[in-house]
Amino acid sequence: MKVLVPVKRVLDYNVKPRVKADGTGVDLANVKMSMNPFDEIAVEEAIRLKEGKNGGGVTEIVVVSIGEQKAQETIRTALAMGADRGILVTSDEKVEPLGVAKILAKIVEEEQPSLVILGKQAIDDDNNQTGQMLAGLLGWGQGTFASKVELAADSVTVTREVDGGLETDRFTLPAIVTTDLRLNEPRYASLPNIMKAKSKPLATKTAADYGVDVTPRIKTLKVVEPAKRSAGVKVADVDELVMKLQAMGIAK
Amino acid sequence: MKTLVWVEHDGTAVKDATLAAVTAASKLGEVHLLVAGQGVDGVAQAAAKIAGVGKVHVADDAAYAHQIAENVAPLVAQLMGDHDAFVAAATTTAKNLCPRVAALLDVMQISDILSVEGEDTFTRPIYAGNAIATVQTSDAKKVITVRGTAFEKAAAEGGSATIEAVSSTGDKGIATFVDAEIAQNARPELTSAKIIVSGGRALQNGENFHALIEPLADKLGAGVGASRAAVDAGFVPNDYQVGQTGKIVAPEVYIAVGISGAIQHLAGMKDSKTIIAINKDEDAPIFQVADIGLVGDLFKVVPELTEKL
Ligand SMILES: Cc1cc2nc3c(=O)[nH]c(=O)nc-3n(C[C@H](O)[C@H](O)[C@H](O)COP(=O)(O)OP(=O)(O)OC[C@H]3O[C@@H](n4cnc5c(N)ncnc54)[C@H](O)[C@@H]3O)c2cc1C
Repeated sequence: MKVLVPVKRVLDYNVKPRVKADGTGVDLANVKMSMNPFDEIAVEEAIRLKEGKNGGGVTEIVVVSIGEQKAQETIRTALAMGADRGILVTSDEKVEPLGVAKILAKIVEEEQPSLVILGKQAIDDDNNQTGQMLAGLLGWGQGTFASKVELAADSVTVTREVDGGLETDRFTLPAIVTTDLRLNEPRYASLPNIMKAKSKPLATKTAADYGVDVTPRIKTLKVVEPAKRSAGVKVADVDELVMKLQAMGIAK
Repeated sequence: MKTLVWVEHDGTAVKDATLAAVTAASKLGEVHLLVAGQGVDGVAQAAAKIAGVGKVHVADDAAYAHQIAENVAPLVAQLMGDHDAFVAAATTTAKNLCPRVAALLDVMQISDILSVEGEDTFTRPIYAGNAIATVQTSDAKKVITVRGTAFEKAAAEGGSATIEAVSSTGDKGIATFVDAEIAQNARPELTSAKIIVSGGRALQNGENFHALIEPLADKLGAGVGASRAAVDAGFVPNDYQVGQTGKIVAPEVYIAVGISGAIQHLAGMKDSKTIIAINKDEDAPIFQVADIGLVGDLFKVVPELTEKL
């Protein structure tokens, strides 16, 4: 069974985003970029399935990234974690989730995976769309926001983090899974594995190779900083805090 | 413009989040609602009373019993033949459903809008709310999710919409509901609570969390939230998580106890009216956004506070 894992290169989650002075976006020059954390969880899950989880029916893990040339670093990271080969689809223009889903649908056609595992959202645009869109385009089931995945021969059972708690659904294979934070704890790539990953196969393509039109549908008119909160007062002790709460009318 | 608003419900009542979506949709044009489920007559009746609604479409079928997106999306796509925008509050149900609808319609979804600037222009948060983008769509049909805390709630009473049954688009047979563990909580729901008390990693374990945070919340009639660290460590279930990738809340008062104030946590609560922080580290980032800060050991301070309230 083959698993496809799309990964995205984003601003590292530890870096505080800065809005550019000209209001065109967030400054990505000279800042640390990393694999989207939810995608790391997706890669990890695929590797565990290959290593033997649920009977180890997974035999190959293909990683895809769509973006600028540098996204190949992100693919190399996934290969160093344990994925088998990579596909980089380069694009100079930013590709929206719908465009990404369309390219992925073409890759799915070629690669015929049984499962595609994606992160539930990318922490840059916070869209939370690509997995569901891909599932819609393919007519597959979508186990979104997964905190537990159980793979069987012809179905995948996914426990999903929903507003009220947890919901478990079963999907016929092939299917889409999107990861939530509690699914697993991704491993770090070891130095020998980082070295080994350099010789794993990586194909480079363009959106045009797949015949997909990725012209954006949405134009960003401007990007601004949100209204800032400023630090208030510090109270000396609990009595003073209680007085404040009383003044606000939330304590008697 | 004719909009179709997703009614979020639990089988018996309309969820509050729906009312914020109705307000957002009313800025675009005429508002119709969609109730999908099984045995949802009562929900449809309640939905028809929401102020400003013209029509309620009701799809009552076993295929929609658990709002399985694989079954509901084709229904919505079909109804979108007659509507210009599909609008839903950004609940997990809608986050699951809407992009699938957008793909079927070949449009780019606009996620989590904060405001309607024009019929094709919206603002939305990016980078965990550290930036606000104004975006304009060129798609003729729109699929939009709405941040519940950014819009006033439409009145739940006062309307008298007509109810119209729509026929089922059937069960696609690719997704089956197995079971759910939905917390039965007597406390106010996080997304509508007026006061929230949240606990972080500093609580050390579930027992401490229950023994310290809950009595304080009960005294204040507050909802209970948590940081990701507290959820990951198993102190409380996932539905407590406030933040970029959890729940977005904006209560009158948010009390953060033993939470450092990582940007991913702030993303979920920094629009609260008053933020109160209790932390033993006077340099904790949470104090940079707190209106009232108390530097101290929570194991001493919280019981004292609960006692004195
Ligand atoms: C992709 C991604 C998504 C994320 N999404 C979210 C999210 O949605 N929500 C979220 O909350 N986090 C999220 N995080 C995690 C976030 O980055 C932080 O790790 C997390 O918020 C930290 O939780 P905390 O403040 O409880 O723990 P810590 O950062 O460990 O802070 C504990 C605080 O308690 C204080 N403390 C310790 N002992 C005491 C005591 N006795 N009395 C008083 N104070 C004490 C310490 O001074 C410290 O400030 C996400 C991270 C990633 C990578």
